[in-house]
Parts: sequence; structure tokens; C-alpha cells
Amino acid sequence: MRPDPTPSKKNQEKQVNTDTEPLKGTFTSVLLLGAFIVVCWVAVFALFLNRA
Amino acid sequence: MLRLKTEQTNHVQVDKPSARLSLAFIIVAFASLSVGALAGMLQGMVRGGVIHLPSWINYYQILTAHGVLLGLVFTTYFIVGFLFSGMARTNGGSLTKTALRFGWTGFYTMLIGTLMAAFEIIRNNASVLYTFYAPLKAEPAFYIGSALLVVGSWLAGYGMIANYVAWKKNHKGQRSPLFAYMAIATVALWQVATTPLAIEVLFQLIPWSMGWVPTVNVILSRTLFWFFGHPLVYFWLMPAYIGWYVCVPRIIGGKIFSDALSRVAFVLLLLFSIPVGFHHQLMEPGISPAWKMIHVALTLIVVLPSLMTAFSMFATFETTGRAKGGRGLYGWFKHLPWTDVRFFAPFIGMLFFIPAGTGGIINASNQLNAVVHNTIWVTGHFHITVGAAVALTFYGIAYWLVPHLTGRTLTKKANRVAMVQIVFWSVGMFIMSTAMHYLGLQGVPRRTDYTDYMNNAEALSWIPWQRVMGFGGGLLFVSAVLLIGVLIYLGKFAPKGNEEYPIGETDGEQYTPAILERWPVWLSVLAVLIILAYAMPIMEQIQHAPPGSPPLRTW
Amino acid sequence: MHLHRYEKIWLWLGGAGLAIFITLLAINAFAMGMQPPSDMQMIDPQKVDQTPPFDKPGLKQIGEKEYDAYMTAFAFSYAPSVIEVPVGSKINFHVTSKDVVHGFEIPKTNINFMVVPGHVNSASMTFDKPGEYLILCNEYCGAGHHVMATKIIVK
Repeated sequence: MRPDPTPSKKNQEKQVNTDTEPLKGTFTSVLLLGAFIVVCWVAVFALFLNRA
Repeated sequence: MLRLKTEQTNHVQVDKPSARLSLAFIIVAFASLSVGALAGMLQGMVRGGVIHLPSWINYYQILTAHGVLLGLVFTTYFIVGFLFSGMARTNGGSLTKTALRFGWTGFYTMLIGTLMAAFEIIRNNASVLYTFYAPLKAEPAFYIGSALLVVGSWLAGYGMIANYVAWKKNHKGQRSPLFAYMAIATVALWQVATTPLAIEVLFQLIPWSMGWVPTVNVILSRTLFWFFGHPLVYFWLMPAYIGWYVCVPRIIGGKIFSDALSRVAFVLLLLFSIPVGFHHQLMEPGISPAWKMIHVALTLIVVLPSLMTAFSMFATFETTGRAKGGRGLYGWFKHLPWTDVRFFAPFIGMLFFIPAGTGGIINASNQLNAVVHNTIWVTGHFHITVGAAVALTFYGIAYWLVPHLTGRTLTKKANRVAMVQIVFWSVGMFIMSTAMHYLGLQGVPRRTDYTDYMNNAEALSWIPWQRVMGFGGGLLFVSAVLLIGVLIYLGKFAPKGNEEYPIGETDGEQYTPAILERWPVWLSVLAVLIILAYAMPIMEQIQHAPPGSPPLRTW
Repeated sequence: MHLHRYEKIWLWLGGAGLAIFITLLAINAFAMGMQPPSDMQMIDPQKVDQTPPFDKPGLKQIGEKEYDAYMTAFAFSYAPSVIEVPVGSKINFHVTSKDVVHGFEIPKTNINFMVVPGHVNSASMTFDKPGEYLILCNEYCGAGHHVMATKIIVK
């Protein structure tokens, strides 16, 4: 299998620019999601310790 | 130029022979769903103390039917039908002759198997639930039927592989379409995951239920089952992810966030969803705490591809919403097509997956499992994973796939009814699963007929919440009726036309490392992981087995 | 292959979070003795009634306030049918099955494990509060699964 023939340096450079793309809403959203996971997990851990 | 390409590729129509094959699977899937949903509603009503079943029917029989019809039959048929359609769609609209032949052989094999198993369930000869834990013994025909269901799905998978290989031959040196790549990853996962199940059924359960061998090694049978049982849930999830990664971006008028990262997520799912089965057996004797912990660690690694998916989805939405003029931190949000059921259904599915995934992390957290193990929390958990995240995505897909395959269109009116259906399902599932999660933390057992444990005060205090659960189940049933109605309309009566098969594209050409498509590499890594996770404990279970168990029928 | 800066941060955070979960679980399980019930003891499931101590299911006092409870699970009950201990007692449950797979759960406690034929499973708990504790089967075991329960009376 040969590497993908189409990518060019130019395209990769173009992609680096996506870092300046505003993905702030995305970042905030996933951080909230992460916080939700941690809070739920800690709550059940606390319940477990409390019942032990 | 690129724009032109997009326009062209999005007019590809799945051709007649491929559409017929795909539709056959989808029809069986939804026929099975309608019976399964009825069974589910009855269970909810019984558990809520609203109705009593007539004496000729057993709660656990209905429970078995519900689990088998929805968890195994609906999902497997829908997935095979959807993947075949997408393989055709990304292959210029057609499946190869070999793929079609495998597809139809698989279809009939699966159908015979399903009917055999269903027959035994109806006769109350197989009230062993869809997990069929030995030493509960069903009639051999139930096991043989289940085996045929699996073997048929293998044949279908070989058909997809044949199609993929043919595409590769015709497009030397090119990266495969993302849909086809993901479908093949799913097929590979299914083939690997169902092998231990086939071993359990063929070498342990069938000979034992036939009476050829007197006893069965119970822990080994459970280990083989869960070797399959966890990747099974990823077999449900991965096609939903295909809908999210490939179809949703096109539906909302956006682009795939990253082709390479989408493929990385699928490789990780393939690698890490299999060597993790002991997290379903954490409360079991005969498996050492060290092996349990190893599987727990591997299980938590499989969270990563889902974290990647979360990011990709939000990023697709944000990029698209901003391109349409959304400003500020969340201005892009209102620029999404909220009234389009093709987007709305999978989007709500994604929302459900947030608590669903979180619950999964908790369940798999070794000793924390004691808080929730075999309680109705677990039932709540998989109703928001497969019953909401996956099911809603599948409904969203069916709403464009069925008219596409039958040469009809999703009309405005049908879309509106479909939206109502999705709202009913979401509200019903939210109510039911919240009650289940809450009750589970109180220790209410899952898979249990209505009971107050001889007037036990604690058990009596659960009943009001169980009624709430039943109410949610009622809404879900209403939703299922609407769903079937809309699908019949779309397949038989909707106006003729061309409903688009949405396949997203990336923004310009993206670089994707070729290694992601070297299947032998990934399958070898997978083999190593499986050997590391399972070789020692399975050897132990065979060599240091207690005397086996004779078959029993306790229902 | 390109990763957006925010995605990199997100995946590092996620990975670190999961690593912390695993570490906390491992410390709690292995250093603090909170491993999930994983008894390795075996028994002939067809000879439970002839195998001591399960031939005479019941409580055995082993300390001032500590008991070993040897119990059997079968369709659709447990033996012994009622257990009584004084407040503050620690009970070490040792349970095996005489037929199919059963569950053993005391709601709102961490006592929750599988009873698998051919194996003995065990877990311990100290009963600090007086009252009646329900023990129920949480693994489907047949037509009478929903009545399979017993109780512990703590006085």
C-alpha cells in the first residue's frame, strides 16, 4: 500500500492554520463534559467509600 | 473543482440489487423492533405494578424476547443493512456480485437462526435471557439458532470485505472511502468478538444441551460470553459513530472534521474494546483481582476514542455553525438544522451518550461495580447507550435510508411526525433511565419480575419509582408505533424521488497516514492484546476448573 | 496527521483523568484491601450438601463480634433462612450455589457478588446499625427469581 498520493506540503500547512480557527465553543463543551464525568465518578466513589 | 466533485458524489444512488439486499435486512430489523418494543412496554407495566401478565405467559419469557429481539436481532440486522448500503454508496452505487451473493446467503442464514431461536422462546423453552448463562439450559434449537444468526452475520461481513477488496483493486494507491474503512473496522471487530461466542455455543452449550456431555465449565462459559459481550456493545456503537462521523456533517452542510482522526478512533475502538471482558465479571469468584484490574485499565483506555469523537462532533458543529454566521462562544449552536430529523435524532443520541459513557466508566471501575452490579442501574445504562444513543442514531439514519433505497423522499410532513417520534423516545427514555439509575443506587435488582420480597418495607418503597419507569416505557412504546408508521409510509407511500444518501467530505484534501489502512498490522496488535489479556486466565479456568454443572431448567 | 491544539489539550486531560481513576482504584483495591469479591475456592456443585461447612449452613462465631456465615444459594432461596447477630458484628459471608448462578446482594451496601456453581464467593461487612437487612438474588435464576431473598436481623 502506497502512501496517499494527494497530500501536499501546502495542504498540511493550510491545516496548521486551523489552530487559529475558533474552536472555543468546542473546547468549552468538552471541558464541561469532562467535568461531568469526573463529578459523577467521584460521587459514586464517595458512595462506595461511605457504604464500606 | 472540489465543489464539483462534492456535487457529483452526492448524487450517487444505491442501485436496485444492492438496495434490495439492504432493505431486506432493514425490514427484518424493524419488524423485530416492533415486537421487542411491545415486550419492553409490558415489562415496564408489570414492574410498575400496573398490570399482571396472564398465567400462560412468563415475565422472564418476555424479558428474553425483549433482549434477544432488540439487543441481538434489531441491532445486527440494521447494522448489516446499513453497512451494505454505505459500501454500495461509496463504491459508485453498487455492490459486487460476490458481495451480493454473500449478503443474501448471510441474510437467509440469519433469518433461519432467528426463527429457530424465536420459536423456542415462544414455546417457553428458552427463558434464559439473551445472556443464556449456563447452567440454565435452553432447548438446543435456541443455541443452534443463535449460532446461525452469528454465522449469517459473518457471511454478510465477508461480502463487505469482498466489496472493499474490489474497491481497492480498482483504486490502487488511493485511500479508501471513510465509510468503507469504518465498516470494515466494524466487520473485523465483529468477526474477532463473535469467535469466542461461537466456541462457547458450539463446543460447550450445544453438546451439553444435547446431553452428549454431562456438565459444563460455568466460569469458562461466562468468560467466553463476556469476551464477546463487551465488543458487542461496540459493534452497536461503531455504526452509530459512522452516522456521526460520515453522514451528520453532510446533513448539516458541513465537513468531516478530520479524516485521519476518525480512522484513528476506529482503530482504537477495534483494539481496546475486545480485551476487556472481565469488567463484566468483577463481582465473580474464580477470577483473580489482578486480572480484573488489568481488564479495568484496558477498558478505561477505550474511553479515549470516545473523547476524540466528542471533540470531533463539537468541532464539526462549531465549524459549520460559524461558517453559517454564528458568532461568539455558542452563537454557532442556533445555526444547526434543528428541525431536520436526520440531524436532530443523532444529535439527541449524542447527548444521551454523555451520561451513558459516564455510567460506563463507573460500571467498569473495578470495586465501584459493587455499588451498581446487577442492579437496575445497569439496565438504565444500556438503555441510554444502545437504546438511546445508538437507537436514535439508527432511526435518524432509517429516515433517509429507507426512502433512498425505495426511491422515495422524506417529505416535510413525514419529517414532522418523525420529529415527534424522536421527542417521545427521548422523553420516555430520559424518564425511564433516570428512574432506573436512581433505583439502581438503592440496590433494586435488574431482570426481576414485580416483587415486594414478602412485604419488605424497603422493597415496597421502590414501587413508586418503578411506576415512573413503566410510564417512561409507555412513552417509548408510543414512539415505536410512530416510528413503524413513518417507516412504512416512507417505504411504501411517500412521493417518488431521490432522497440523498448523505456522505460527508473533508475540507480539502487531508493527509491520512497509510498505516491506518494496514489491517494485518492492527489485527496483529489486537491478537497480542487478546493473548495478554486472556491467555493466562483462560488456561487457569480450564486447568483449575471445579467439577462442572449439569443442565437445569428452573422456569 | 494533524491534531488541533485544543484537541491535544483535551486528550491529554482525558488521558490524565483516566490514569488518575485507574491509580485511585488500584490503591483503594490493593493497598486498602477493597478488592472486588474474587474468592478462588472451589467446590463440587453437585455435592454441596455433603461438603463441610456447607452441609450445615449457618453462623460460626470466630471472634468476639465476628462471624463466618456459610450459606448456600439455590432456586429460589438461601440457607440459613434467617441470620441474627448483635449490633457491631462483622460477618464474613461465604456463599456457594447448589444449582444455577445466583446473586447475593444487600441493598444500599457494598455486599453484592455473584454466586457461581463450583465456586465459593465471599465478602465481609460490619453491621453497625440495628435493623433488618434484606438479602436478595440479583441474577436471574428462574421462574421464582423475584422471591429469592432472606434477611439478617441485627439487634
